[in-house]
Amino acid sequence: MSESFLIRGARPSGGAATDIVIADGRIVETGTALSAAGATVVDADGLIALPGLVDLHTHLREPGYEASETILTGSRAAAAGGFTTVFAMPNTSPVADTAGVVEQELALGEAAGFAHVQPIGAVTIGQNGERLAELGAMASSRARVRVFSDDGFCVFDPLIMRRALEYVKSFDGVVAQHAQDPRLTEGAQMNEGTVSAELGLAGWPAVAEESIIARDVLLAEHVGSRLHVCHLSTAGSVDIIRWAKKRGVDVTAEVTPHHLLLTEELVRGYDARFKVNPPLRRDEDVLAVREGLADGTIDIVATDHAPHPAEAKSCEWAAAANGMVGLESALRVVQQAVVDTGMLTWDDVARVMSAAPARIGRLSGAGTPLAAGRPASLTLYDPRPVRRFTDADLHGRSVNSPYLDRELPGEVRWTFFGGVVTMAEGAVLSAPGVRA
Amino acid sequence: MRHLLDTKGLTRTAALRILDVAEDMAATQHREVRKLPTLRGKTVVNLFFEDSTRTRISFEAAAKRLSADVINFSAKGSSVSKGESLQDTAQTLQAMGADAVVIRHGASGAPHTLATSGWISAGVVNAGDGTHAHPTQALLDAFTVRKRFFGDDSRGHDLAGLRVTIVGDVLHSRVARSNVWLLTTLGAEVTLVAPPTLVPQDVSAWPVRVLYDLDEAIADGPDALMMLRIQLERMSAAYFPTEREYSRTWGLDAARLAALPADSIVLHPGPMNRGMEISAAAADSPRSTVLEQVANGVSVRMAVLYLLLAGERIEAEEDGR
Repeated sequence: MSESFLIRGARPSGGAATDIVIADGRIVETGTALSAAGATVVDADGLIALPGLVDLHTHLREPGYEASETILTGSRAAAAGGFTTVFAMPNTSPVADTAGVVEQELALGEAAGFAHVQPIGAVTIGQNGERLAELGAMASSRARVRVFSDDGFCVFDPLIMRRALEYVKSFDGVVAQHAQDPRLTEGAQMNEGTVSAELGLAGWPAVAEESIIARDVLLAEHVGSRLHVCHLSTAGSVDIIRWAKKRGVDVTAEVTPHHLLLTEELVRGYDARFKVNPPLRRDEDVLAVREGLADGTIDIVATDHAPHPAEAKSCEWAAAANGMVGLESALRVVQQAVVDTGMLTWDDVARVMSAAPARIGRLSGAGTPLAAGRPASLTLYDPRPVRRFTDADLHGRSVNSPYLDRELPGEVRWTFFGGVVTMAEGAVLSAPGVRA
Repeated sequence: MRHLLDTKGLTRTAALRILDVAEDMAATQHREVRKLPTLRGKTVVNLFFEDSTRTRISFEAAAKRLSADVINFSAKGSSVSKGESLQDTAQTLQAMGADAVVIRHGASGAPHTLATSGWISAGVVNAGDGTHAHPTQALLDAFTVRKRFFGDDSRGHDLAGLRVTIVGDVLHSRVARSNVWLLTTLGAEVTLVAPPTLVPQDVSAWPVRVLYDLDEAIADGPDALMMLRIQLERMSAAYFPTEREYSRTWGLDAARLAALPADSIVLHPGPMNRGMEISAAAADSPRSTVLEQVANGVSVRMAVLYLLLAGERIEAEEDGR
């Protein structure tokens, strides 16, 4: 029999203090002044209880790039950030474009036990944008893939994109598009505008993202398919999604924590920790994506956790890799950017970081409310402390975080994944359920 | 001066100081023995990741005339072409005891990365990085303009009221970027002339006027016209249709040369594409400062190395310490 817990005085989504009893991987009871014989008592006074966070967009690097991250280290970093489900992007080596690779990833995630690792399948073979991968085989595999993406690359060919959108309808799948016109972004290094003009870095124009999103929402409307737009980053993209939703297009959109907080001004020091794709944009874009998230135009926050080894960042800007790690910092950044600014409630956070991403990914066992009978996947978060983010906060294999040495609010105190503790009293465990 | 990375960070005072020291350096170059003992025992490394014979030999001449030891490290045929990182190269130079590193790199910001990384303690001089900055070129251009307009009376003068027009591929030009900041800091009014494809998408933050019509710019009677080198490979990337059309529209031909005011000058950073952005008539006319720019380049680079490597001692002496 697994360990049972009595969580005392947690505030579900920031509401009234509630006790939560966990046993056999499920929430048994919620209420006040509960007791549970033999249960480990967790003092959660003042802590916010959120359903286990669900990240629709991570890069776990395994198989193939284990120097940057593995499924074990990445899912452990996830636990440290309050996540209990992570969707793993397919840009591994080999690319996750077959049932064999996605099943291997699923099995490695199960063996690690820190979170549910849900593979995302590639849309095209080798992410080359030319021929559809065996989407049906991945969908009917043990990994039950429902989200398909060539993330890192845009499915640029409009005919391939149309076919993919149509094809995944048969198993209620969704295509998650990395919207980037490759011709308009050849050699691109940062957002195109006043800062790129001054720094002499080739520009990544907003229109290269917006034109693809505009095309894709029209395609999705035309063929009646479901479309998800990854990491949108510009004010114009928010406008297009808003327009499409008003028309009734079945589209969902995500924003990353870094696009909610950071701007292109950070590129001025040529510190490659701030190099990411899509790039950091302007102040007005940051405000627009915050507003889009607040009014529901943007459905979810996803990290785009992208680990890279030191040598891929400790070099001249143009030679550096794109990407930032983000699992451990996500909730704290979201608090700073949109909760402390009054734009989102904790209930909204539970929606955009748990319920909605699980729904988009068609995972019925994740993102469920904190109620009796539901899976005991939850996180206990203390929004009160403000601390400098340091490499001690990072638990993956790479340290390419843009938040190092930055003050961030909040602290993840506990994470439970299916009734098993993965993070306890602010410390991620070396193995799930094993406390020293 | 700890490093020289760009001109945006240079104050008017700091820029004038470099130009005035360059005047002193230029004066020594007319002596019978042109070599000064100032930097004896100092090691200057020319770290060139891009081919640029002109800039490298200019820095080499400058360092040698100040009696520094010069090591030329060229990326071609070195470990860099075998995949060695900027970090490893820099740390190698540090281990060899470089006092100053003059770096030319194809990536914008590489000198900045080198100077702020903690990999080396040497002073860093940017000898051109990507499409970002080329501060010594801008300084020698400013020096040349000042010399033409103020002659022996140059010391202490800025460029207030002078009108400089820069023509050509601004988008890819580190020379243009560095000149925009330096010339305006020194009080000049800067106009950029280029096909719209070769102007950065948003230059609203630059203290310049942008025109697309060279004849209109010439009709305004600029004091100095700076022609930028046009890379022929730009044509294949659809920046302009043909060489002929570019030359006809934005080239300095004999007719445009004749339309310039009597005392205005023509600069070119070299190497020139004769018949493309600049006609032979313009390049060889008395208005052309091309060879003066080369000579002034050595003086300016002597001044920069001197202020970088002997600067602390000089400042201490001036303060009477």
